[in-house]
Amino acid sequence: MKAVGFDYERPTALDHALELLARDDVSARAVAGAQSLGPMLNLRLAQPDLLVDITHIAELRQIRREDGTLRIGACVTHARLEDGDYDDATRGVLPAVAAGIAYRAVRNRGTIGGSVAHADPAADWIATLTALGADVVVAGPAGRRAVPVSDFVLGVFETDLQPGEIIAEFRVPALSERARWGYYKVCRKAGEFSHATGAVLVDPARGVSRAVIAAASGRPVVVDDPEVIHGNGCRPERIADLLAGTPIGGDAFEVNTHTVALKRAIAQVTA
Amino acid sequence: MAHASGVGARVRRKEDERLLRGRGRFVGDIALPGMKELAFVRSPVAHARIRGVDIPEEHRAAVFIWADLAMDGVKPIRAVSGLPGFKASEQPALADGKVRFVGEPVAVCIAATRAEAEDIAAQVFVDVEELPVNADMLEAVKPGAPRVHEHWSDNVFLETNVGGAIAEIAATAPVKVTRTIRTARQCMVPLEGKGVVAHWDRHVEQLVLTTATQMPHIVRAGLSECLGLDQGLIRVVAPDVGGGFGWKGLLQPEEVVAGWLARHLDHPVRWTEDRREHLVAAANCREHHYEITAYADERGRLLGLEADAWVDAGAYSVYPFSACLEAAQVGSILPGPYDFRHYRCRTFSVCTNKPPIVPYRGVARTGVCFAMEQMIDAVAEAVGREPWEVRLENLVPPDKMPFDNVTKKHFDSGDYPESVRRAVAAIELDGWRARQTRGEPDGRLIGVGVATYCEQSAHGTAVYYGWGIPMVPGHEQAQARITPDGGLELRVGVQSHGQSMETTFAQVAHEVLGIELARIKLVHGDTALTPYSTGTWGSRSMVMAGGAVATACRTLAERVLRIGAHLLQGRPEDARLVDGCVRVGQASIPIRDIAHTWYRAPQLLPPDVDRGGLETTCGYKPKSDHGTFSYATHAVAVAVDPELGSVEILDYVVVEDAGTMVNPMVVDGQIYGGVAQGIGTALYERMPYDDEGQPLASTFMDYLIPGFTEVPHVRILHMMTPSPYTEFGVKGIGEGGAIAPPAALCNAINDALRPLGARVTDSPMTPERIIAAIHDASTSAAASTAEATR
Repeated sequence: MKAVGFDYERPTALDHALELLARDDVSARAVAGAQSLGPMLNLRLAQPDLLVDITHIAELRQIRREDGTLRIGACVTHARLEDGDYDDATRGVLPAVAAGIAYRAVRNRGTIGGSVAHADPAADWIATLTALGADVVVAGPAGRRAVPVSDFVLGVFETDLQPGEIIAEFRVPALSERARWGYYKVCRKAGEFSHATGAVLVDPARGVSRAVIAAASGRPVVVDDPEVIHGNGCRPERIADLLAGTPIGGDAFEVNTHTVALKRAIAQVTA
Repeated sequence: MAHASGVGARVRRKEDERLLRGRGRFVGDIALPGMKELAFVRSPVAHARIRGVDIPEEHRAAVFIWADLAMDGVKPIRAVSGLPGFKASEQPALADGKVRFVGEPVAVCIAATRAEAEDIAAQVFVDVEELPVNADMLEAVKPGAPRVHEHWSDNVFLETNVGGAIAEIAATAPVKVTRTIRTARQCMVPLEGKGVVAHWDRHVEQLVLTTATQMPHIVRAGLSECLGLDQGLIRVVAPDVGGGFGWKGLLQPEEVVAGWLARHLDHPVRWTEDRREHLVAAANCREHHYEITAYADERGRLLGLEADAWVDAGAYSVYPFSACLEAAQVGSILPGPYDFRHYRCRTFSVCTNKPPIVPYRGVARTGVCFAMEQMIDAVAEAVGREPWEVRLENLVPPDKMPFDNVTKKHFDSGDYPESVRRAVAAIELDGWRARQTRGEPDGRLIGVGVATYCEQSAHGTAVYYGWGIPMVPGHEQAQARITPDGGLELRVGVQSHGQSMETTFAQVAHEVLGIELARIKLVHGDTALTPYSTGTWGSRSMVMAGGAVATACRTLAERVLRIGAHLLQGRPEDARLVDGCVRVGQASIPIRDIAHTWYRAPQLLPPDVDRGGLETTCGYKPKSDHGTFSYATHAVAVAVDPELGSVEILDYVVVEDAGTMVNPMVVDGQIYGGVAQGIGTALYERMPYDDEGQPLASTFMDYLIPGFTEVPHVRILHMMTPSPYTEFGVKGIGEGGAIAPPAALCNAINDALRPLGARVTDSPMTPERIIAAIHDASTSAAASTAEATR
């Protein structure tokens, strides 16, 4: 299939992009790497009048460390995060996760902001940024606001992004020296979207002990309970309870797969 | 072998220069002046009466429906089998009053670009009255099921019964094992989808249809029948074609539509199948269901086999193979490479509201092998022996070759048991068994599986006239022509879409004539330029067209020798062809000079020279046209994750016998590709349908195929038993790689699951199915423990 006809703009200033996206005479959508929106256009699942390409806005492509925070522009590609040409405050988490996203061809174009804005529950960045306790900074007609990623993702392909808003950057807190990270995703094929993701961060110096169950057909389930990680909390019944309210709750196979994913992620930090 | 680049040489492919540099010319590369693009409006439902097709007034001239074609006398596609009891279907190229599967073409839209054609298609509304759906073949055969074709008495294209009395064996056999086994409906997903460009050539007054096909001559015959045009008014050209596997081995409704449009419009038209169309409208192969029982003695020697088999043949009978080829073939090939005497098999080609079934690489054999090889393992388990030992017990031994099996299949040659012994040795079974005993540190379960098959290939008239379908292969023809500068042109009616024929046929010709490979040109894929052929299918091209090339080249060699001997003032009986030169004693003259003489210095020719000159068309059939039987044993070691149900392939060995190999690298390539597809069948590929007949996978996110990270390094060991019936002793090899992987992997997975008492029987063997099997086993174990303690 081929996309319905659309107009295309490629502004170089964020304000200009926001102006274009705020137009009420046309339906406009922001696009960066187009690794999800591209297929949606071709399948005619998305039929915007105007595509606003935000990849030539310099500030959205920046990545820099400021004190205890790593600021990652929305248009930073997975490939760049994988290659690690930045002061990585996450001590290797970002490059390792990035390297497991799809294939290099996808990583070369796909962006961290696009991935979170698209909000596929199986996306690596949603699980990872949630576990890292990152904030997303949203820019819109009313200025900027910061939201924890865990609150930003509302459901399947559903976010807190309001009309006219785009993601500007992510703020990821630096990990301390003794932080430990566990990440396990279940894919039937290399490069496939995850069927179940477990992400675990233990950072005693900052008092963080967090487990995330993601790719569960909805927003990630966050468990800020050290018992799950260090004690006997990662039992199938406990995970089943945690997943009860999600779309896969009650599906024995799915619950089992998520339990195993989380268990194996935990094993990485407790080993 | 006689020549460094002749039969048996590992020569690099001539076609790679073009194909690997992206310089091939596929349907999608063709640009004709004024060409417009087509988009089809397809049925959104699986079964419905069409109340009407609403076309916006402004697009009326750009949209056509069946009534437009029918008014012009276009006939539906009809592929009737002559087998008794076959019910014929009629498939109009665009739906006529009724739709019978999701994706069936209803209307065609024309515009300057595909996107604009899709814009129009989106505005065409098909008003339907939905009818009850046959989404599952086992439901469709029940009394009272809605009928796909109303005037039929039931939904069965054809029922066949093979074999006979087995009751006595059933009553007395010491060992009896029964299984229910199922394979999934798949898409063939060639790299290039279907595609066609059609235009009317005013100069030669011909419809020229350039189409991604495996069989241009058969497409021409089918088009002629549907469009009511003499075959002389139709030229079918296959350009570069990016894989077929069977999906391009039929007359497509879209080809009929494109051909009709080109006849009536003053511009060329093109349709290219996109991936979504392919997944939604062309999930058309592999779906079998078996109820099967094997009878054996205490050593595992098979005493008999009986089975009922159902094949979901979809809504229509495809041209030319018909709707019953797959199921009826099940009946004749289910016994596999084994020697036993008592057999009964009943098959049903079931008509459902799904895309029409098309023979896919391996055709029925992949399903048959999946069923039969599970039974061998089941018998082995029942008698407490290694599965490979039970295979040795039952395989036709080499001293019985040639051998007629229980269904009268004539196995030509080979040492089937030796392939098992070599495979078991190569996979190093003892090492895996020791590892199984030790257990894995990560808790995964190791399993080893073996599967053996033999594959009838290049079967000809003797087999096909019995089917009574629209084509029966006879003598395969090739034309050979030495050019005035001493090169060689070969023309064959088969079509190369990945088989490397531009290289391998040149090797055959080189073997006979000694002309260097670089100067041999293969012309194929064009009805105007090549002899008639049923095309490329059934692993037949090297046996049949290769044999014809050799025959034609031998005829030319004879003529070349006579002219050469005359020019060298020697006797023809003293002349020999050596390295592209005629030699008489110490004297020598190159073919180039002989060609020059025939074309440009005829005054020097002998007075009794053959007036056919340096060009000939020769026909060929093997000494037996019941087909060659290549065979192989696949052995695979896997690790099964019992928590996730995932399967990792740790080692994969193929021991195969293709007879004489024309080019071992090409044979290896066919096996690698086949195994990759077989792994797809085994572990990944399935088009799920809901109860309403809706296909539930429409992108590669939902329809999984193995990528290069999922396909292991396959170790191939060759045995070479020349066929006694063919040129050079070659056997067909194109399909074989895809036959055994599901069976070998199933047996390996079950070997791994055995300690848990779990078993899978259906393909693909997905994590869901493996976990369910483990769960069922532990539930029933718990139940029996509870029973015991009560």
